[in-house]
Amino acid sequence: MNEQREKMKKTAVLGRLMPYLLRHKGLMALCILLTIGGNLLGLAGPYFSGFAIDAIKLSEDGKGVDLSAVWRYAAIMVVLYILSALLSYILSRLMIIVSRKVVNRMRKDVFDKLTELPVGYFDRNQTGDILSRISYDIDTINTSLSHDLVQIFASAVTVIGALVMMISISPLLVLVFAFTVPLSVILTKKITGFTRPLFRKRSAKLGELNGFVEEMISGQKTLRAYSQEENTGKKFDVKNTETAEAYYRAEYYGSMTGPSVNFVNNLSLSLVSFFGAVLFLKGSISIGNISTFVLYSRKFSGPINEVANIIGELQSAFSAAERVFRLLDEQPEPADSENAYELNGALGDVRLDNVRFGYSMDKEIIHGLSLSVPKGALVAIVGPTGAGKTTIVNLLMRFYDVDSGEIRLDGNPIKDLTRKSLRLNYSMVLQDTWLFNGTVSENIAYGSEQATREDIERVCRACGIHDYIETLPEGYDTVLDDDGSNISKGQKQLMTIARAMLLPSSLLILDEATSNVDTRTELQIQRAMRALMADKTCFVIAHRLSTVRNADIILVVRDGEIVERGTHDSLMSGDTFYKQLYNAQFA
Amino acid sequence: MKRLLSYLRPYIPRMSLGFLIKVFGTLVELAIPWILSYIIDDLIPLGRISPVVIWGCLMILCSLLAWIGNIAANRMASAVARDFTRGLRHDLFSRISYLSERQVDGFTIPSLISRVTSDTYVLHQTVGMMQRLGVRAPIMLVGGVIVTLTLDPVLTLIMVATLPVVGAITFIVSRKGAKLFKIVQKASDSMLRVVRENAVGVRVIKALSKSGYERERFKKVNDTLTERERVAEKTMALINPVMSLLLNLGIVAVIVAGAYRVQFGLTKVGKIIAFMNLFTIVLNALMAINRMFTMLSRAAASSARVLEVLDTPMELYETEPHFSFLPENAPHIAFKDVTFKYDRGSFAVRHLSFELKRGETLGIIGATGAGKSTIIRALMRYYDVAEGAIEIDGVDIRDYATADLRAKFGVVFQNDTLFKDTVRENIRLGRDISDEQLTEAARRAQAINFITNQGGLDAEVAIKGANLSGGQKQRLLISRALAGDPEILILDDSSSALDYKTDSKLREEIRLHCAHSTKIIIAQRISSIMHAEKILVIDNGNVVGMGTHNELMKTCPLYREIGESQIGEGKAAAV
Repeated sequence: MNEQREKMKKTAVLGRLMPYLLRHKGLMALCILLTIGGNLLGLAGPYFSGFAIDAIKLSEDGKGVDLSAVWRYAAIMVVLYILSALLSYILSRLMIIVSRKVVNRMRKDVFDKLTELPVGYFDRNQTGDILSRISYDIDTINTSLSHDLVQIFASAVTVIGALVMMISISPLLVLVFAFTVPLSVILTKKITGFTRPLFRKRSAKLGELNGFVEEMISGQKTLRAYSQEENTGKKFDVKNTETAEAYYRAEYYGSMTGPSVNFVNNLSLSLVSFFGAVLFLKGSISIGNISTFVLYSRKFSGPINEVANIIGELQSAFSAAERVFRLLDEQPEPADSENAYELNGALGDVRLDNVRFGYSMDKEIIHGLSLSVPKGALVAIVGPTGAGKTTIVNLLMRFYDVDSGEIRLDGNPIKDLTRKSLRLNYSMVLQDTWLFNGTVSENIAYGSEQATREDIERVCRACGIHDYIETLPEGYDTVLDDDGSNISKGQKQLMTIARAMLLPSSLLILDEATSNVDTRTELQIQRAMRALMADKTCFVIAHRLSTVRNADIILVVRDGEIVERGTHDSLMSGDTFYKQLYNAQFA
Repeated sequence: MKRLLSYLRPYIPRMSLGFLIKVFGTLVELAIPWILSYIIDDLIPLGRISPVVIWGCLMILCSLLAWIGNIAANRMASAVARDFTRGLRHDLFSRISYLSERQVDGFTIPSLISRVTSDTYVLHQTVGMMQRLGVRAPIMLVGGVIVTLTLDPVLTLIMVATLPVVGAITFIVSRKGAKLFKIVQKASDSMLRVVRENAVGVRVIKALSKSGYERERFKKVNDTLTERERVAEKTMALINPVMSLLLNLGIVAVIVAGAYRVQFGLTKVGKIIAFMNLFTIVLNALMAINRMFTMLSRAAASSARVLEVLDTPMELYETEPHFSFLPENAPHIAFKDVTFKYDRGSFAVRHLSFELKRGETLGIIGATGAGKSTIIRALMRYYDVAEGAIEIDGVDIRDYATADLRAKFGVVFQNDTLFKDTVRENIRLGRDISDEQLTEAARRAQAINFITNQGGLDAEVAIKGANLSGGQKQRLLISRALAGDPEILILDDSSSALDYKTDSKLREEIRLHCAHSTKIIIAQRISSIMHAEKILVIDNGNVVGMGTHNELMKTCPLYREIGESQIGEGKAAAV
């Protein structure tokens, strides 16, 4: 972990980004060709406009305007400009195709990686962070990568082309830029150096204000109960002022950039026209040349400023890319062992033999647990909230691997089984009901694709939820939306029980906590669970006393460790932690 | 929009000054191409260096003045935007603080949050931008056209002819683009939804080995998103090439027309050169104005949302104390035939009557959505009752000043909030309570051990208490309710995450130390309320049973059903 936190080298990041682009080598090459072509055409325009001006200029020498020449040059310019516009349009269409392909591919890579990662990754990382990598970070990379790389290239072509053209017109006049270009570079550097921390502070302050407002408005009911309206208002004013001030500070310096760039451009223009006039008087330049030179000077200074911006953007793209690659570098779930075999339709006989395990190397929480669970037995895992009752579940289904010892299913060491077949022997009902954005029947048949509508209705009847589903607007075809506003928590729980019932497995894992579910539904859920548990080997994270008392084996967990085991009667006969827990409810 | 302008009124002098500076800076900038043409056409033919030097210096001076002027004006604009936003946000937040619960329900909390945050950001940005571009762009446009008119009116016509075309194209394309990007946003939401579902449901997906299926599902949303992004970007890609083509064709037209006018002696070459420069300036100004309109339409939506809150009239809060003496021998709390309805028409309570003496405990049990929390909200006057009356010490709660009424309570709501602050502030919550009292409250709430482990009263609590376990959060919230030594203590489903042992210790502490407080406890677990003097069983807004545990076990079928399921037959009845 710590080594990974180290900053990736820029070259390394770039080296891994390039393959995404190089996959579209042909298109990229075409893009670059078009860029060069388009820019050269754009540069040629002013060149001919200079000729046209000179043709007009003839009038001042008393010869009259060479109208046919003007028309000729004008026609050439029109053709050039149309071609240039056409090329740049084709170019941006191509760039869009390339960048969309790149993004699509990156998102796919990230998602595929996510499906390979072990459960632990999702325990350690916030969902919001994962989401921002696959959306915000990839978008950031994309804007810079495709757009900016081509932009830099285009700018380079324009700058060099304009410079060559200007030198060909008047090498002396170009010296003006020896003064203004460094000036503009220094100015932008100074300003961005100044503003970057200020903008960073501004984003941070905006984030803080967001957090504060969200917290306070969500907790409004509480604040009112203690008459804290005024106090909160005062705290808000402090945050509000800080945020407005940070915004202002950033803008104070940030709004210098535009006028400063304009200033340097105007300065160049002034100097060019002044020295141009001087050179004209010396007879070494024509008026048309001056006008052409002015047009080129605009083309010249524009990109230089742009490159300064782009370099800033590239920096954020690199840090975004680093975050994406770090995710792609995560260790996937280890592959099944080479001679792993499938075990389908296990009977449900589970044996733990001297199992040791800890989530981190330095803290072992299961010290040599041995346990024999015959087919059809009920194992209850009890203990205070947050004591680590899910650890055993994690080991049974190989979401985590044991450090030493062995777990066997029907006599087969589970480390020799394919994970897929092992897991398919279990069905699971968890406290956090998981339904996805799909229809009711898709959600219930998740994991048992061969199930017919009759099968689905049968299990729903068994769970007592069939009638409820029929009252939904589209019945079994109602789409569950993610805020789940149409469906209560209890109904969702019943649907996940129905899902588990459809599975042919002989082992069941049950997290029966039902806090915040109304009592009627709770009774219904209980009945459904009892039906589900029949004939199966069950591991129940138990909250209900009736379950505990009927259990064949009770494991008592405290602070992550298994501290006691036995049946209800054997545990009640001594001075046990279990006894304290059990008696507490009648106190 | 107009109403919001009143927030700008105090800044009119500053804005006017900034405006003047900006006008000056812009005009000076416009003078530069004009001087350029003067030098080329009128000074160079004189064949002398000195006037060129003088006018050249003037050009540089103009550049400098434009630079300084524009920066100064921009800064003043930023300051105005800052003060405007600060004032607006202050009013908005304090108005939200005093909205009634009913009004908050109407707006919904996420919507209120986004009105204080993103909507005010949009307005901040707009006020700043309008002052900067709103002056510069129109002046550049009008000034540019005027300068060209003084240079050559006929050539100006060519330029004026291209303007409507440019304006129309950007307008149409960006409007279409805005629509397309909305569609992109939707597709992006579905893509993120699939990722979120996969992160949250990883155990289920792995258990059922559905990774392949999920990859297919993701491919579909990913491809849809990619296609929509492509379409939207394709449309926007039109703008730049078309704009530069129009600009360049305009310049060609100026050259050709200029050639004829020079031929007939109507204009001079230098003017054509200056014209080409001005052309660029004017078109850029036009594009800026276009951008401004896009921005204004966004700002209009935001300001409407902000105003909607500011214009909401106050409810509930104008009460003054309406009684001169407290009746003697009245029950502490009395519900007299209370009926209650929410606006949405859903959860309601019908014809509820009960009395509690000082120091008594009321337990409430029943299904979620049955109306348990509603009773609390009505008692604390978050909503007014539709019929009947609630009295405390014999006085209708509508006759108390709201702050006086609320001061009687210590309360933990269902899913109550912890704030990002110290443990001390979370328990104290702005009230005047000493550290000793805070510690004592935490001890009674069974919270003192973990608080000490976390680092005492100064330990930090993360947003929504994310660094605490469910049980720790509830204990901290209970400490808060106990700390004020309240007249009435309300615990709404606030010990569901505690194990039975801690829960029973807590009940013991409350029984010992809050003897003089009247207690209302809402719970899912029978063990949490079975010792109460009065237990209320609510089903679907109706009272289906009232009495002690033993009475209800005999008379109330629903209560018996719950009792037996949670404790086991025989055992429940025996206690």
